[in-house]
Amino acid sequence: MSVQASPTLFMASASAAVAALSDVITFKRVARLGEDALRRPTGSEMWARAVHLGLRAAARGSRGFTSKADPQGSGRVTGELIQHLERLSLVDFGSQEAVARLEKAIAFADRLRAVNTDGVEPMESVLEDRCLYLRSDNVVEGNCAEELLQNSHRVVEEYFVAPPGNISWSKLDEKQPFPHH
Amino acid sequence: MAAPMLRWCCPGRRFAFTRVGCGSCHRRGPPTGSTSNGKRGQSTVAQQPHITAQKPRKGEREWAAVVGLEIHAQIASNSKLFSGSQVHFAAPPNSLVSFFDASLPGTLPVLNRRCVEAAVMTGLALDCHINRKSLFDRKHYFYADLPAGYQITQQRLPIAVNGSLAYSVSVGRKPSQMVTRTVRVKQIQLEQDSGKSLHDDLRSQTLIDLNRAGIGLLEVVLEPDMSCGEEAATAVRELQLILQALGTSQANMAEGQLRVDANISVHRPGEPLGVRTEVKNLNSARFLARAIDYEIQRQINELENGGEILNETRSFDYKLGFMPEPNLPPLLLYDSGSLPPGADPQQVIDIDRLRERLPELPRVTRERLVRQYGMLPEHSCALLNEVGLLEFFQSVIKETRAEPKKVTSWVLNTFLGFLKQQNLAVSESPVTPSALAELLDLLDRKAISSSAAKQVFEELWRNEGKTPAQIVAEKKLELLQDLEALEQLCRSTLEAHPHVVMDLKRGNPRAINKLIGLVRKATLGRADPTAIKEVLERQLSS
Repeated sequence: MSVQASPTLFMASASAAVAALSDVITFKRVARLGEDALRRPTGSEMWARAVHLGLRAAARGSRGFTSKADPQGSGRVTGELIQHLERLSLVDFGSQEAVARLEKAIAFADRLRAVNTDGVEPMESVLEDRCLYLRSDNVVEGNCAEELLQNSHRVVEEYFVAPPGNISWSKLDEKQPFPHH
Repeated sequence: MAAPMLRWCCPGRRFAFTRVGCGSCHRRGPPTGSTSNGKRGQSTVAQQPHITAQKPRKGEREWAAVVGLEIHAQIASNSKLFSGSQVHFAAPPNSLVSFFDASLPGTLPVLNRRCVEAAVMTGLALDCHINRKSLFDRKHYFYADLPAGYQITQQRLPIAVNGSLAYSVSVGRKPSQMVTRTVRVKQIQLEQDSGKSLHDDLRSQTLIDLNRAGIGLLEVVLEPDMSCGEEAATAVRELQLILQALGTSQANMAEGQLRVDANISVHRPGEPLGVRTEVKNLNSARFLARAIDYEIQRQINELENGGEILNETRSFDYKLGFMPEPNLPPLLLYDSGSLPPGADPQQVIDIDRLRERLPELPRVTRERLVRQYGMLPEHSCALLNEVGLLEFFQSVIKETRAEPKKVTSWVLNTFLGFLKQQNLAVSESPVTPSALAELLDLLDRKAISSSAAKQVFEELWRNEGKTPAQIVAEKKLELLQDLEALEQLCRSTLEAHPHVVMDLKRGNPRAINKLIGLVRKATLGRADPTAIKEVLERQLSS
């Protein structure tokens, strides 16, 4: 097996980073993210890469991951796309500067296109040559409800408590509607 | 105005507007043939039979509905798909949850061998092509019962593809008029189940129980080859029976082990397919057909009123949420030809060995019953349709000398009737197979009449611990064996009722029944009516 410098590898790790970060982003106080975008390039840039992945996938029509995002990959990010991303990621693009930053980030990631990947088989996992270990069907875990529940901010009688739907607790406490642009 | 023929397809329901073209009903109108499916641009299977008929009435046009299904079946395994916590229906909340299921950082998925075998067996039973290499993906979406923020599934390259599922629908008033339909199986994939959320609207919160999170699911995707609720429900029922026969899933809809999402659209025959909507999480077999038909009718009404069909779940169709699962290498399966030598048997899965060990499928069982016992196809269907009924039937057959047809009739009519009346399962039956076998032996020997046998059965049902022979003796139900006495009784009855004899001789055929009744009363119900009739007729003709 020859490891080729495949842009796909970059994309895979980038999207892994996105996925990991998005877990963190989800439960942040959503209202504040707009300001943060200027000081700490976290949410917007990571999402830029995610959007770019979507654009690239659509442009190359590869791997069956279709995308409804702008196939041209032009720098302009439409209001519709922002709304869609907000809905998917629960990230609030609080301001116009955040959108501008997003567009810059997309342009930055666009340089991936410079690499010619004709005839290169995408690498999905660095483990592709490893054997997938099969575990036998025995019960060896569980019964640690108490331990697990300690991780939760709110608990009711051995149930984790979450806000209804995908609204954050801060929104509920403040009793404000979810902001849209 | 109600279209009368729809009653045959969906009894009790009337489609208020125009008729829905449903392949399993008689239709008045041009047959849809295969053109309507052909617009999809794939190779088609002609689904609707050409039922030629009269032209549609002026001003009415046909609608054709198209139904596809996504069925999620919980795999019957001891532990979960990627972790070693237990799979169990009822348990204290969050007690069957491992660190991985709770998505704590640093945990990794480890694939359960039993789940892979279950997927392969199901694929083989549905005539699928088993992919020797399949891949796992992450499908991202946010919901409180999905702690990781993604579900591990097999979207790109699932474990099995391109199979078919055959089922039978009735096409006429008579249950014997059955036709076999097939629906293509697009793919079968392994995926994780999510946890359970309980919505507490009063306090604006959701309670999360992760016991179900991570349980292995088989997602079976059926192509939109079905055309109404009844076909969809029958296909699901057949899949249920297959999964239960294989042991890969208990497929109990009431316990949430089998969940169905339906994709429904309507169109005019010959025109392109319409916009589809999804009806999600159907978890009752009875509700399934009705919900689908309701949605079909709703779409028809909407379109006939000039509206359009909106698909609200379109946003979930956006596949922006997928990426390969980086922690799992490709899943490789082998057959006897490709098994690597010296491989650890625990670590390799041999498709050929699994194929050899496949149990008998319901379709094969039904055909065997028809062949072996000469029963009608609808009887074999009925035997398989009730849990435990087939085993009961086979136990009785083994122990009795009576003819299989008699056994079939007693099991399906009398026995099943009593069960249904009191809403009991076969396992809760007060009558054992041996008891029924003994009763049928008595009947077969002509020791008792069939009406007496019914009486004995009722007694047995009361479960007072008596055997059929004891009941017969107690209630003096034995058939009169003494032919002489019978002849005597018949003669005396004929002499005692000359008017009836006169009536009979004048040509009234029903008079004989009166005579038979009189003789029976005289014998205290212990004589077989057919025997009485034979004796009387002989005596009358002499």
